[in-house]
Amino acid sequence: MKDFKHISVRRMTKRFGDKTALHEFSLAFDKGEFVTFLGPSGCGKSTALNCITGLIPISGGEIFIDDECIDDSRNKVAPEKREFGMVFQNYALFPHLSVFDNVAFGLRLRKHTKKSVKEKVDTALRLVHLEGYGSKFPAQMSGGEQQRVAIARCIVLEPRLLLLDEPLSNLDAKLRVELRYELKALHERLRVTTIYVTHDQTEALALSDRIVVMRAGKIQQVGTPEEVFSDPANLFVADFMGFKNMWKAKIESLSQSPDHLDAVVKTAGGSLRAHLRYPEGDPRRSALVAAQASGKPVVTAIRPEDILLHAQAGMNLLSCTSTLVEYLGQQSQVSACFDASTPEGAADRIDFRSSDRVEEGRGLELGVAPDKLLLFPELDTIASTVEEGSP
Amino acid sequence: MSSASKSGSKVLLAPAIAFLVLLFLYPFAYGLYLSFTKADGGATFANYVRFFKDPWDFRTIWTTLWISLPITFINVGLAIPFAYYMRRGMKGEKTITFFLIVPITLGAVLISEGMLSYMGPRGWLNQFLMAIGLVHHPVRFTHNYLGVVISLGLSGFPYAFLMLLGYVSGINPDLEKASQMLGASKFQTFWKILFPLMVPGVAIAFCLNFVMAFSVFPSAVLLGQPSGPTRVIAIAAYQWAFEKFNFNAASAISMIMAAIELIVITLVLVWRGRMYKGASIVGKG
Repeated sequence: MKDFKHISVRRMTKRFGDKTALHEFSLAFDKGEFVTFLGPSGCGKSTALNCITGLIPISGGEIFIDDECIDDSRNKVAPEKREFGMVFQNYALFPHLSVFDNVAFGLRLRKHTKKSVKEKVDTALRLVHLEGYGSKFPAQMSGGEQQRVAIARCIVLEPRLLLLDEPLSNLDAKLRVELRYELKALHERLRVTTIYVTHDQTEALALSDRIVVMRAGKIQQVGTPEEVFSDPANLFVADFMGFKNMWKAKIESLSQSPDHLDAVVKTAGGSLRAHLRYPEGDPRRSALVAAQASGKPVVTAIRPEDILLHAQAGMNLLSCTSTLVEYLGQQSQVSACFDASTPEGAADRIDFRSSDRVEEGRGLELGVAPDKLLLFPELDTIASTVEEGSP
Repeated sequence: MSSASKSGSKVLLAPAIAFLVLLFLYPFAYGLYLSFTKADGGATFANYVRFFKDPWDFRTIWTTLWISLPITFINVGLAIPFAYYMRRGMKGEKTITFFLIVPITLGAVLISEGMLSYMGPRGWLNQFLMAIGLVHHPVRFTHNYLGVVISLGLSGFPYAFLMLLGYVSGINPDLEKASQMLGASKFQTFWKILFPLMVPGVAIAFCLNFVMAFSVFPSAVLLGQPSGPTRVIAIAAYQWAFEKFNFNAASAISMIMAAIELIVITLVLVWRGRMYKGASIVGKG
């Protein structure tokens, strides 16, 4: 394996006809890092992955490994010469070859001796806990086992970059968690630079060093799982990260201090105080200031977990009526609305969890702490998402 | 499944079985019976012995193989790259497919008639070849070995192509990507991944093409020299049946035809078994 420090993607763009599937995607990967592209289907995450492999030619931009340019949208290093490994959603094992021959495929192309092929394949199969499966054929194995073979087939070549395209999506829930754990353990052990594509936020949070949230071909936010989870850059990321309570609001007052912002907003459920950790220079801060000046509506975002059935001192109070209660075992999922008698009051839904019993149709006084409440300007409407790209 | 519905489904099979028995098994068994009997009804091997002792008839085996084997290899051999390049669809695919299907629908007689005028000594093809100075005398494309082979190509290639196209385009496209990402060139991917997965299709296409070519009759008569170099085995059977009115001898020849076809098919299937050891499913998912 050729050693390197960074892989950097600069302003990579992909157009299919007049549709832009990927717009000026720029990102640098450190060696050994685990980066996840997260987003709904059609956001361009798979297109980005395929462009980095070279399987899809890029329309603009460059890809570098340290100083070596492997793609400048006119000349490119062929995918088979990039020493990248790829794992597919549907496993893509060669059905006519045994497990051993599948894993040995790349080694044999590289003219390894018989002895070294055997050693390396055995090691790789041991790493994915498939010792003794060498003579089986893909069709005789479960989905989870097949995907392990696919992973072994890549890591046996010690790729510079390992790319996984929704590798767990075809598995059932239990296997998905199991294999996710193993992927994590494998990465801890081998430290292969990895790009992982998924639409599942749990997978992204559990596995990644950094998460890249994408929407309509554009990067929305890049950050550690903690950053993306607790400090989303915009409404879209917040929505994806589980801020299910989103209500339209108007800013009544803003008081600025260097490292935070205190706001009072008017919602259908009354005035709410928000303590926002948006320091000076934060684009969210300037957007809110602008929204206040122009009188444009903003949106509040709160996680269901942060709304409490029993309000404590200093909390915002939400007077509402429960409309639907779903029993989930440990907790109940409760939906409520501010005031069913007016259209504005009925429009905003309040979702929260409660371990106490809640009856439907009852008046509630819920509490939410001011620092659990985020404020965002409304999302700019982007033309509908483009098709997920495969040629 | 309950036994009641099982016996129900057997009843539903009855028309198909009746069809097979009446139109295939009975005529075949009757032909087999005829081939082992004398004209007056007594049992004999004479019909077979006669065929192998008569050099004029025995020769038709080699004549027919010499016509059918090369063109089968050519048809299937050409169909593989064509199917490979068109596996993901292409512009004008429908038009191309249409023109390929036309010869199948026309039938051998119409193809032969067309070729006789188009490729004849004064046909357009020869006039064109002479006009551009490629040849100085008309080339003989008809009434010889070449004519029969060309007509078998026209009618056999579309079968092979369409069959293989269905096979290749059914292979999961991610397999190619996976192979490429593992470091294989386009050719290595074709040779190590796609071709082995196509082998069952290639084998079937070869068998069908061979059987059609081996039983060639109309074009061998119309486009060849039915009394000489293209006197194929079907012509021999026809002559015994309808010129000499010896159905016993004709039946024996038909049985020999069937035996040779079976031998070739067996060889192809053995090759297929050696090439393709994996599961019979093509690319799961």
